[in-house]
Amino acid sequence: MTRPMDQVEDKLKGFIAEEILFSRDGFNYPDDASFLDTGIVDSMSIMEIVLFAQQAFDIDIEDREITPDNFDSITKIAAFLRRKAAESNG
Amino acid sequence: MDFQPRLVQNVLEHNADLHPDKTALIADGQRLSYDTLEQHANAFANTLIQHGVKRGDRVVLFLPNSVPMVVAIFGTLKAGAAFVAVNPTTKQDKLEYILSNCRASAMVTWSAKQAYLDGLSQSMPDLRLIVVGGTAGGQELQQDVVAFEDMIRSGSAKRPQATSIDLDLACLVYTSGSTGEPKGVMTAHANMLFAARSIAEYLENTEDDIVLNVLPLSFDYGLYQLIMTFSFGGTLVLEKGFTYPAYILERLQAERVTGFPGVPTIFAALLSIDLQDHDLSSLRYLTNTAAALPPAHILQLRAKFPGVQIYSMYGLTETKRTLYLPPDQLDVRPDSVGIAIPGTEVWIEDETGHRMGPGEIGELIVRGRHVMLGYWGDAEASEARYAPGPFPGERVCRTGDLFRMDSEGYFYFVGRTDDIIKSRGEKVAPKEVEEVIYRLKGVREAAVVGFDDPVMGQGIRAYVVLDGQGLQEKDILSHCRAHLESFMVPNDVQICETLPKTSSGKIAKKELP
Repeated sequence: MTRPMDQVEDKLKGFIAEEILFSRDGFNYPDDASFLDTGIVDSMSIMEIVLFAQQAFDIDIEDREITPDNFDSITKIAAFLRRKAAESNG
Repeated sequence: MDFQPRLVQNVLEHNADLHPDKTALIADGQRLSYDTLEQHANAFANTLIQHGVKRGDRVVLFLPNSVPMVVAIFGTLKAGAAFVAVNPTTKQDKLEYILSNCRASAMVTWSAKQAYLDGLSQSMPDLRLIVVGGTAGGQELQQDVVAFEDMIRSGSAKRPQATSIDLDLACLVYTSGSTGEPKGVMTAHANMLFAARSIAEYLENTEDDIVLNVLPLSFDYGLYQLIMTFSFGGTLVLEKGFTYPAYILERLQAERVTGFPGVPTIFAALLSIDLQDHDLSSLRYLTNTAAALPPAHILQLRAKFPGVQIYSMYGLTETKRTLYLPPDQLDVRPDSVGIAIPGTEVWIEDETGHRMGPGEIGELIVRGRHVMLGYWGDAEASEARYAPGPFPGERVCRTGDLFRMDSEGYFYFVGRTDDIIKSRGEKVAPKEVEEVIYRLKGVREAAVVGFDDPVMGQGIRAYVVLDGQGLQEKDILSHCRAHLESFMVPNDVQICETLPKTSSGKIAKKELP
């Protein structure tokens, strides 16, 4: 049983603002802003996001799943995590 | 007779004539043939010309790696203008500095950066036209702003008459200078074509090569992947970055890529991934530049990519590429960056201009047609970097880098003569970072230095003395992220009580730990 998937977006935004952007006033981008297009994160910080998501939501993420389709915006990560949670609970 | 391009855009035009249907570019989920790409570039060029962009004008391209970026590069050249590719993570104040420094007459950007455009044309009197990509087209935009998609749709696809000659400016590449102000390296068409051809010669490129580029096209190493690939009629797979390594591996496999250029951080990430599931048998060569690969990584790369040629290289924007190590020498002298690229020469000089022999350390001097024209609008810096050559009017490049040569003529990087930091392959001027940190209220003193890092080459460390309490390391990092390109943001901030000083009261950086 994985942890509940409520507030996924907020938790992700909080983590990115705090630990990657070192921002005191939160994550000031739209949820669907592409990380690649805006340059918000690079290859090092994407790994930090993966580690955070694995721990915070108790989900295993494989290297091959770390793709732009799954990780290139808050919206995409949240959808991916919900999908994974549904699979492991299914 | 072999095709001899005179202008950079000829490499696209020649292939569009010769094999119009061949895939030139794979990017943004699209596959563009040479013919389609050329028609897009023509439409872009004709629209620029309609808006009054003239031969010799500068067009700033503030875009990520994408189809619009490639179209705009060739379209700008076709209009007789020079392009200025700016890193897409550049912040507003530096973008404005570049726009004003090169007196750009047009700028191309994309929808994510529309907020930067407010009031821009009022503060930039030379700016006649702003183009925005990534919109659906057909919609109302601000005054003087045109949608890229509309330009391509409605511009004439007829090849405009060339007005430039090969001595004209093809591009400015902005690079960090030790004074802190970025400088535009002026590249003529002839420089760019010569360098591209010389590099393709030692890489033994053919039209069957498929190159995957993740490096920004604003970085000369990335830009030349495009120019080179089109010069030999190959196919370029263009990605926005190396953010998702597993995805890049998929792309390498799916597109049967033969050439992959990287920097040490990229190769370190590749080495940490299990490649068992990927068929990378199409790969013919890897190239590395910017910082030497750690010897342990060379061994691991050899094991993970058997039969793949690995090229270790060295260069600076002021001459593009300078040295390369033939792959058969990698095991013999893994710490060397090799010999001069084909058709050029290099030597080592002492401070009095005397040529030095094997084993002696001095400044690397470069001679050849890849020696660029100088720095835009900066005669003094140009004179310091480019010295008179052996023939009247000729110039050689003083690299500012210390090298030694072994008895067989192979060169080894020793260090720099200035305080520029080279991190993750890009030059970072400590002064530029310090100036940004000083703008933060509560900072009394700041000193930025490089530290050795096996993967990044050098990392960036900031020592900061505060006025009173309140600021934390995080605040300084956050401020740097908001005002500097990603590669210039310090990896580490240390808050100190005081900084060591010289007798004249300057910060003694050499005494910092």
